[in-house]
Amino acid sequence: MLATRAISLVGKRAISTSICVRGGHGVAKVDDYALPAYFDRRENPLPDVQFVTELSAEQKSLKEKEKGSWATLSNEEKIALYRISFKQSFAEMNEGTKEWKSVIAGMFFFIGMTGLVVLWQRKFVYGPVPPTFESEWKEKEVQRMLDMRINPVEGFSAKWDYENKEWKK
Amino acid sequence: MRNWGGRVVPFNWRHTVYGYVQICYTPLAQRCYSHGGKPESDEEFDARWVTYFNKADIDAWELRKGMNTLIGYDLVPEPKILEAALRACRRLNDLASAMRILEAVKDKSGPHKKIYPYLIQELRPTLDELGISTPEELGMD
Repeated sequence: MLATRAISLVGKRAISTSICVRGGHGVAKVDDYALPAYFDRRENPLPDVQFVTELSAEQKSLKEKEKGSWATLSNEEKIALYRISFKQSFAEMNEGTKEWKSVIAGMFFFIGMTGLVVLWQRKFVYGPVPPTFESEWKEKEVQRMLDMRINPVEGFSAKWDYENKEWKK
Repeated sequence: MRNWGGRVVPFNWRHTVYGYVQICYTPLAQRCYSHGGKPESDEEFDARWVTYFNKADIDAWELRKGMNTLIGYDLVPEPKILEAALRACRRLNDLASAMRILEAVKDKSGPHKKIYPYLIQELRPTLDELGISTPEELGMD
């Protein structure tokens, strides 16, 4: 365990699931989840391990070249070196998803479904409305309110012209 | 955490080399009020961090720890601290971390868009000297 810590100085995941032998006896299997993990976070720019743990031959030679002057590296090589160490750049990790579109679409869908349910209910579940909604009834109701002089100062009856028997213009 | 003369330092067991334990001290607290003294000035803060990154035999863990801690503070580091950090990356042959540091401070500036160009302008001599390309130059933004 302590030996693996020494190897992980350069940030490589040294031993993934191999067996550690301590003092000649005792075998401790190291599980993946117990080792330092890689993660892209804004607040933790340099994670404990590189993203790519097993380097191909090409990547290894690139790492060797990195020990020399960096000005000799081409842009593609620099990007390749970055991608070895990191999975997503800051720009990539910060970009939003398009999830909000799904959310709004879902909202509209369910509101629409609810609307259909309400319409169906109105037709098939609820009984007829009371007779007081019929226009004949309403006319008699309005006439009764005017006769009673409901709100004659500023409200209902105030808008009725009693002389000409019509609504005031 | 051990209190060492007023500064709070972590007690890290990171290396065990041939049986003895080598303890590394890394000053972590930003403002040490432990003795009720005056708060640390900006220059002292900067100087402390520059010294931290200028350590000649800095190792990768210390670089990562320093950088992650520095990003955790509510500030954008001064160019001189970043220069020391970039030079530390050079000593460790780690170009990717150097680029990551530039990305991190740009992200740290948040809505203040003028900070990052200023930092790049101040760091330009160092970037050219070490051959570090900014993420913008490589099209990684």
